Order: sequence, then structure tokens, then C-alpha cells
Amino acid sequence: MADYTKDEMMTITAANKLKDGMVCFVGIGLPSAACNLARLTHAPNAVLIYESGTIETKPDVLPLSIGDGELAETASHVISVPEVFKYWLQAGKVDAGFLGGAQIDKFGNINSTVIGDYNNPKVRLPGAGGAPEIASNAKQTLVVMRHSKRAFVDKVDFITSTGYLNGGSEREELGIKGEGPAVIITDLGILKPDPETKEFYLESIHPDVTVDEVRENTGWELKIAEELETTPEPSAEYLGILRDLNERTALAHSG
Amino acid sequence: MSDKIIPLEKAIADHIQDRDEVALEGFTHLIPFAAGHEIIRQQKKDLTLIRMTPDLIYDQMIGMGMAKKLVFSWGGNPGVGSLHRLRDSIENGFPHTIEIEEHSHADISSAYVAGASGLPFTVLRGYTGTDLAKQNPEYVKWIECPFTGEKLAATPAFTPNVTVIHAQQADRKGNVKLWGIIGVQKEAAMAAKKIIVTVEEIVDSFEDGDVNATIIPHWLVTAISEVPGGSKPSYAMGYYKRNNEFYKQWDEISQDRDRFHEWMDTYVTKVENFNEHLQKLEVNNG
Repeated sequence: MADYTKDEMMTITAANKLKDGMVCFVGIGLPSAACNLARLTHAPNAVLIYESGTIETKPDVLPLSIGDGELAETASHVISVPEVFKYWLQAGKVDAGFLGGAQIDKFGNINSTVIGDYNNPKVRLPGAGGAPEIASNAKQTLVVMRHSKRAFVDKVDFITSTGYLNGGSEREELGIKGEGPAVIITDLGILKPDPETKEFYLESIHPDVTVDEVRENTGWELKIAEELETTPEPSAEYLGILRDLNERTALAHSG
Repeated sequence: MSDKIIPLEKAIADHIQDRDEVALEGFTHLIPFAAGHEIIRQQKKDLTLIRMTPDLIYDQMIGMGMAKKLVFSWGGNPGVGSLHRLRDSIENGFPHTIEIEEHSHADISSAYVAGASGLPFTVLRGYTGTDLAKQNPEYVKWIECPFTGEKLAATPAFTPNVTVIHAQQADRKGNVKLWGIIGVQKEAAMAAKKIIVTVEEIVDSFEDGDVNATIIPHWLVTAISEVPGGSKPSYAMGYYKRNNEFYKQWDEISQDRDRFHEWMDTYVTKVENFNEHLQKLEVNNG
């Protein structure tokens, strides 16, 4: 058995999707860990933007909230919230939006609003925040989420942020500027959209994970790539840097 | 010294009325907790509370029954989880069901810009295809760009009766200066009919040369109160750090109705002012 956790595998795989020099809009939590790991390894010139208006930020520890002082103190500059949404996101100056969510469906639509009926919800989630604009205006979005049947559903209860809607060319026909979700990275594998139908299929499976395990944790009839790849194991270097980052973060948030 | 510089008790009593639309803004940074607590102590009622990120302060105000309606775009405890008093109100109607008007961050920030600009509405792209737009046809409408024909979402401007913010400094004339993560405070303030500001300190005058700092000039400000530590447990850049530990503790305190009320009694309703609140927290929590 390999000596890394599923979460570490997911974070490192997600980090590897971020290219050096990309301008990246970062969501809090899993996306934030992946983006900062990328910055500390192969993508030192990645520009990380958080919706609090912190531009080109290089936090030493992961922020607990999206507006932590650490983000402002290590940013090249800080702008207002209207500017970040208007001049940066809406105007198309962001290459990649890195998102998470509570629920995602086979067409990559994300729900972070309610489980159940909107007016009589079973669970009230925090809501949209900046996600709808990230999902629609970033040139592409990358999604990182833990795989489970509850989270990976056939159809989301509420479309907070658009993926490919009902699939095919619907997104494009509506005139949404960004290309949409390019990839979903989970703790079990990597999912990609079919070029025609836009339904997400399993492109790559992480080491020591079985296809049955992925299927059991997916709420739709998951299609498998004809030539299913195995995701490369994380390197000792990346594991070390990620663990240091998590340790520093835990220490900083404990007091 | 400007006669607008008055105690917080008087600022809230004179300028916030029952049924007002009130925006207490501050994006993680500079959240006006002291003003929120004073509103709770004065038992203002039926407020429409506007805020992008309701945070703990609105969780407290909603839990204490001050709100008739919440206008927001992200209602969680950042990095921790849910706002339990908000959820209890929405899911179980405790202490009563509040009306919800839900937007995205881009929408609310843009709606403040429209309000500050004296325009009736704002336009944006991000709502296309979303259920937020479908769910809320009364405030997300679709227009065609008269120049390109592009279909865009239009949403109404925000013009709160009162915007309340916390800033690092005011000078003796009553000019207000804030820096760091500036969020939407300038826009929310410029959109409002009245502006109440709490500050960390009142200085004789601002340092020369810093002409690009965010300033709200004295003639636009309605009232200013000096409340050191007034945005704790959030933070004020240059003064103190965010108390992340308290944000985590709040998760437990707020989950249980009785524990929440006991905490509010001990630390908010039965103290004189915010300074006493901070002292009591320090004594009881080391």
C-alpha cells in the first residue's frame, strides 16, 4: 500500500493541472491547497487571485477564509471586490477558475445552494458567492471534489454554477463566454467531458483504486475511457511540500 | 473635533430605525461587530439585512430575531461550515422564518456600484443558465444590449437606508480611511442614504502622500464612533489578526439554541458596550 492518502493524491493531481504562468481564480478549501502546491512546485509564476481582491498572492500558509490577512499581506496588490468581478473575471482576464462544490452532475453543473427544494430545503448550503461568475467567465474551470454518491449525482438539485447544462452545445448556444469545466479531479480518479455529449467519463484512475469503486461512488452510469489511464503516483518531493504546507497551516490556525 | 464623532450608542439610536434596510459590510476583514452588537442591544426590529457574506455577525442578529429579511450571496462560516442560526431560521423557522433574497457576489457588488452611481440597475453576464436567475425572476431580468444585441442579466441597484462599516482610522475632521482588503465598503457606503462608521482610532490627521487610500470624506459620513477592536473576531490590518479560533468555536456555540442564547446574554445583551464584551471574553477564555 502506498504511503500517501487519497486526499494527498487528489490535491497533487489537481496541482499538476495548473500550468506555470496561468492566471488562476482560486476557491477556498481543496482548490486553494492545490493551487498553492502548484505555485510552490512547478508553477512558481502562476498568478493566484482570490475573490477578496487579492492579486498575485503567495500565502505562506493556506487561508482559513477567502479574505485572511495572509492573502492581503502576500499579494502584489489588493483591489476592491467590484473590480475583481468586473475587470478580471467578467472581462475574461482569468485563464482558469478552480472550484469545489457540494454536488456536481454528469454535465459538470455545480450546486452549492440547497439540497432538496429551493423553497423548502433539506439542507441549506452557503450559496453562490463568486462561483457562478467563475464558472461562466473564466476561460476554463477545473473542479476538485471528493468522490461520493451524494456529491456526484445524475442531476444537481440546483444549478448554482453552470457546467454544460443539459449537455451537447447548450452552454455555447446560450452565449456563455468561458469554455466550461475541463476536468474534475477527485480522490479516486480524473473525469473529462465527452467532446460531443459533454457527459463526464472516467479518463484516469488513481493507483490502488478499482473501476467498481469509482462506479459505486458515482450517481450516474459512469462511462469509462476505452484506454483508461492510471494516474501517476505523487512524487516524494510533492508529498513533502504538501505536508509541510498543511503542517504550517495547522500550526498557524491553532492559536 | 467634528461633531459627527459621537458614541456608538448614540449613532445607532439616532440613525437606525426599525424596518430599515441596513448593510453592514466588510469582506472577512473589518467586519463591524461592535456596531452589530449595539444594534442587538437596542433591539432594533424587522430589519432588512444586506451583506455579501453574512458571517457570524448576521448569524447573531438573525438568531436574536432582529431580521425580517436577509439579502446575501454567501452565507457560511468561512473555512468552518454553516451559519447555524441562519440555517435554523430557514430550515426550521426559529426564532422566526426570515425572507431570503439571494444573489451572487458579482451581482451584489455590482448592485452597490449602481446604487453609488445613482443608476437604477446593473448588468452582468454570470447568471446565464443558472437556477439563481430562474428562481428569482423579480430581481433578475434579461435585457438586450442596444449596441451588440448580447443578452445580459439586469438586477436592481442597492440603496440601503444605512450602511455601517468599520475602518482603521478617522481624522478629527471626520474623514475615514481604510486599507487592506477593502471589499465593497466604499461602494456600499456611497450607495446608502446614511453612513455610520466605527474606527480603530481617531488621529489628528492622515499622513501626507497616501492619496490613493480608500477615503470616505467627512461631509458624506453621518456618524463616526471610535471603537478599538471594533471588528473583532474578524481583523483590522495593521491593528490585530483574525481570531480564527473563535470562528471555529462559534460552530459549537451556535449549534445549540440554548447555548447560543446563553452566550449572547453573557457577552452581548448584558454588557454595557463592546469594550466590556472584549474584556469579558478575555477573562473567560484566557
